[in-house]
Amino acid sequence: MIALSKEDLEKIRRHAEAEYPYECCGLLLGKASVNSHEVHEAEPVPNTFEDGQRKRRFEISPDEFFRAEMKARRSGKELLGFYHSHPDCPEDASEYDRLHALPVYSYLIVSVEKGVSAGIKSWVLKSDRSVFEQEEVREI
Amino acid sequence: MATLLIPTALRAFAGGQPELDLDGSTAGEVIAALALKHPEIKEHLYEESGKLRSFINVYVGDENVKKLQGLDTPVKESDSVMLVPAIAGGRKWD
Ligand SMILES: [Zn+2]
Repeated sequence: MIALSKEDLEKIRRHAEAEYPYECCGLLLGKASVNSHEVHEAEPVPNTFEDGQRKRRFEISPDEFFRAEMKARRSGKELLGFYHSHPDCPEDASEYDRLHALPVYSYLIVSVEKGVSAGIKSWVLKSDRSVFEQEEVREI
Repeated sequence: MATLLIPTALRAFAGGQPELDLDGSTAGEVIAALALKHPEIKEHLYEESGKLRSFINVYVGDENVKKLQGLDTPVKESDSVMLVPAIAGGRKWD
């Protein structure tokens, strides 16, 4: 289960709509406990995937990851996962998502249909990397 | 020796620790010491050839070792070394 405030969910939706038709991406920071992630902050970051492919791909640069991991450690939080958008495509994790994912992290996906945010689902990669499992998204 | 900072996703394969003090005089040696101590993390870090996986970046202090001397970048006892995975994904391609 991943829990987010209404404000953070709205922030993610607005970010996804603002970047449309390109994919947006961001970081999820907060507290982790057994089988649950409580997000305290959703932070938009630039999509650094190479030019010409950002309508279907995102990348969070190592420098952004490093900065976020240090920020989380300093504030006693954890980097819980990442969000990204699927422009004109359902919020299901793709095969490309699975191949590039890491276990433990939440991968929250928002679908954007013709510029308007639609469904949101969150996914966690099984530790043997075989499949993404859906987790509940709870508004808090 | 240096302190290796381990991101959440890899901790499960490193005894659950967020950081470990490990022997080594270069970034590469510190990571090799982790793999020796926790062999279950090996497949997540290295290709079968023994090369570090391309999506794993290594930082010494706050610099990517790609801008320094790669895995040969020297480390001191006061240095922290971080494993930094590249994060990517995207929608179905049709
Ligand atoms: Zn995706």
